[in-house]
Amino acid sequence: MILIICITFAVFGVILGFSAIYFRVEGDPIVDKIEAILPQTQCGQCSFPGCRPYAEAIAAGDADINQCPPGGQDGVEALADLLGVEAKPLNAEFGEEKPKSVAVIIEDLCIGCTKCIQACPVDAILGSAKMMHTVIAGECTGCELCVDPCPVDCIVMEPIPEDLNNWQWPEPEKKYA
Amino acid sequence: MKFSTVMSPHLQPVNSVDRVMLQVLLALIPGIAAMTWFFGIGVLINITLAVVVALLAEASILGLRGRPIGSTLKDLSAVVTAVLLAISLPVIAPWWITVVGILFAIVIAKHLYGGLGYNPFNPAMAGYVLLLVSFPMQMTAWLAPIELGSVALNEVDWLKLIFLEQLPANIEFDVITMATPLDSVRTQLGLGRSVPEIKTDSVFGLLAGKGWEWVAGGYLLGGLWLLWRKIIGWQIPVGLLLGLGLFASICYAIDSNQFALPSFHLVAGATMLGAFFIATDPVTAATSVNGRIIYGLLIGSLVYIIRVWGGYPDAMAFAVLLGNLTAPAIDYFTRPRVFGQKA
Amino acid sequence: MLKTWRFHGGLRLPAHKNLSAHRPIVNAALPKQLIYPLQQRSGVQLKPTVTPGESVLRGQIIADSDHFLATPLHAASSGTVKTIEDRIIPHPSGLSDSCIIIDTDGRDEALASEPVADYRLEPASALRTKIRQAGIVGLGGAAFPTSIKLNPGPQRHIDTLILNGAECEPYITCDNVLMQAEPDTIVQGALILMHALQVGNGIIAVEDHMTEAYEALSAAIEQSRDRRLTVVKIPALYPTGGEKQLIRVVTGKETPSGGIPADVGVICQNVGTAASVYNAICRGLPLTERVVTVTGQGVKQQQNLRARIGTPISDLINQCGGYQDSVERLIMGGPMMGFALPEDDIPIVKATNCILAAAESEVATSKETRPCIRCGDCAKACPVDLLPQQLYWHSRAGNLEKCKEFSLFDCIECGCCEVVCPSQIPLVQYYRAAKSKTVAKAKEAEKAAIAKRRHDFLLERKAREQAERAERSRRKKESLAKLKAAETATEGAE
Repeated sequence: MILIICITFAVFGVILGFSAIYFRVEGDPIVDKIEAILPQTQCGQCSFPGCRPYAEAIAAGDADINQCPPGGQDGVEALADLLGVEAKPLNAEFGEEKPKSVAVIIEDLCIGCTKCIQACPVDAILGSAKMMHTVIAGECTGCELCVDPCPVDCIVMEPIPEDLNNWQWPEPEKKYA
Repeated sequence: MKFSTVMSPHLQPVNSVDRVMLQVLLALIPGIAAMTWFFGIGVLINITLAVVVALLAEASILGLRGRPIGSTLKDLSAVVTAVLLAISLPVIAPWWITVVGILFAIVIAKHLYGGLGYNPFNPAMAGYVLLLVSFPMQMTAWLAPIELGSVALNEVDWLKLIFLEQLPANIEFDVITMATPLDSVRTQLGLGRSVPEIKTDSVFGLLAGKGWEWVAGGYLLGGLWLLWRKIIGWQIPVGLLLGLGLFASICYAIDSNQFALPSFHLVAGATMLGAFFIATDPVTAATSVNGRIIYGLLIGSLVYIIRVWGGYPDAMAFAVLLGNLTAPAIDYFTRPRVFGQKA
Repeated sequence: MLKTWRFHGGLRLPAHKNLSAHRPIVNAALPKQLIYPLQQRSGVQLKPTVTPGESVLRGQIIADSDHFLATPLHAASSGTVKTIEDRIIPHPSGLSDSCIIIDTDGRDEALASEPVADYRLEPASALRTKIRQAGIVGLGGAAFPTSIKLNPGPQRHIDTLILNGAECEPYITCDNVLMQAEPDTIVQGALILMHALQVGNGIIAVEDHMTEAYEALSAAIEQSRDRRLTVVKIPALYPTGGEKQLIRVVTGKETPSGGIPADVGVICQNVGTAASVYNAICRGLPLTERVVTVTGQGVKQQQNLRARIGTPISDLINQCGGYQDSVERLIMGGPMMGFALPEDDIPIVKATNCILAAAESEVATSKETRPCIRCGDCAKACPVDLLPQQLYWHSRAGNLEKCKEFSLFDCIECGCCEVVCPSQIPLVQYYRAAKSKTVAKAKEAEKAAIAKRRHDFLLERKAREQAERAERSRRKKESLAKLKAAETATEGAE
């Protein structure tokens, strides 16, 4: 009897041991899940140098969930949902939620200093020294990191206009129903 | 030329909550008429009182909740609740029974859960059960139908009886009240008599109690009209009557001395009212087609079980509340297969 | 008589078809201006092939794109390209987008046509190319390119062609009158489509009240002596004209969720599309006109007009005697799925089957929305057997995951649930909003993924550059140190 129990336990032990090896989860999944919610703007407004570091900080408990203005209130709520904590309003210290914008270089003013190119976290600005630069609008995340470095203030943030490609059916007006 | 833009569908809606509720009220008329005929105008006094209290309660709580009052009262849902509760009460119930029941139904059972559409329990039945467990004396004192009662009360007598709890000097309380047919079957069985014997008692008519069976007929008529108007579906009434009938038939087949005829159970008590007007309350019922059949069967079976083996003579209110509890689970397990998807 | 099947739910709606069903097709007058929106479907933007000032002929291609879902656009009359500018386009958003504006010259000169002598000798691919070049898209309302539908791929075996003559939305009669007026064109078009698909079974489905159309088509088939084609009458139950519903009714087959009719061996085309295929192949005429029903109590004279695509709606309304004073809403399409237009200077497009100038009494103007009472009427009416109530709760709460779980994307937005809802909840609007939010979210996620890739790449590049710099300075130091060591060595030797 004791033998049977011992064998059973040994078998389960082996199964557990192998499954630990076979189903091992690489990396820290919670960081990945947090990062998947973040908008990948890479703007650094959260005080971390990118979305991944912020995700790591949240996972480690070093940062709060309401420090990402581009993610907006929806993002805070998604994070709260994921982490099982209470949602809170966006912390205004780190900025406010703005309509989605892209950087536009006023080409007549650009002196080709390449400072914006170095600042761009997603390599969305093209150009070389002394040549006019231009933003690839489709790749721009609207992080605004290029705006300050420009010595001649030739970069402006333009909100993305509503057109047929991003138009959404409006939600009905919610009454007391 | 400029036009206003509104989203499709543009066709006018074919139905409204107000219309549904109004038709339910209209469908109650035959039953109420029969009840008035056999039990006197006390029913009408109770209904009036209940409706007034319900509207006042609904209006004040809507005010407290900051919701539009006028347009919401127009949906008539409070009136339906009031009428359903009023006709479930004993005709000679004192005024405060009605008031307490309605206040509980509207304030607690309906609005504390979010108002129309959000209440998990049928408000009228919640109010009824509260009264039944709190004031069993008043709630079981039923008037004898006119065919059996020797005294007729006039309007003033009725008002005095309900509002002042006074009977005319020459009438004793015990003379005008009597046990309901369901109740008397129950007590007589307890005394060792057999069903065929009990059925010869003067309370019983063709199928169930004298007078009572006509009231049930009135509700059946109204219910069929609702079915025809497509205000209610056939699933819940059929399921309920089938569940009750099946159980009753099986037991009757086993021992016809101990168990009443299925036809008695189908006509007695609140069966018809419950099957067509109470269990069919959409807010608290299951919603899918198959789910509604199961829901009806469940309530029908519960009615029989509680009537025969439970502590109360009638069971519709308890059965409906228990059914309400199961509705979300029934809906969960009876989701239909979406077109083009695998089962 | 062929056997027909049923689908769940659906509604019998007041048809209002008699307003226009028995009037002959009238040729609409040539408008002064033709307007051609360049946005063909969501995400498919045509590029103009003409420039302002250029003169064009009827049938000349004025815009095209190499997007696989694009079909060319043809001028519907001769004239001059006035400009290419933003105009309000026929779209539920009411947004503006770039349009080619042509001033017609009244001569209506046409490009020489090149009909095919005998389509039976042409391979399917050649027919498809011709159909694409003729700009033919589904005329039932969805405007899906016909040439793409005719190319279901070798892995799908097609056995049946269904021509959709079930005009299930109230008011619309353009297909009905076309079937009465040109049954031969439709039958010949069907035979061309069957040849292009190599199928031996063709069914034309009409609603049971369309007696004249049924008889006309039967006679035309009789005349063609082709036994592969049949006409079948199906019950008039909205939305029986929906593609998947029609296939179910006619063949009993259920198109899988997320799939296309070709997955069950069926290709479905509108009867009007079949007629335009005949015109393109046998008469060499590109798609530049279509039949449009102009109806509703808000217009003086309801009729079916053969109108040039690009004609402003105001022109058509004027030819119908103008508006009644009671006009309340201008709808493109039917009252169930059509969308309201903000003004009437908007052109008709290939998908426009109906212009409904609805009087106040014909449309829902103010709905008194009440809380859902869970009556389940919506679920009973749903032709897809969804649970509209659950979808309502979840879309209202913005729970898109739950919406997906309850098959939001199987919803065809037919509007049945909303019409029967006693609480008068704008259900379809909730579903549409939830759908577009889901799509927008997916797009955002995709964009975020790209941004992340680019950012990671940048970090990697910077790390690499730094490593390279470090390596260079290390080597430099090393060689310096070696140099120094050598120097000291030589010094020592000296």
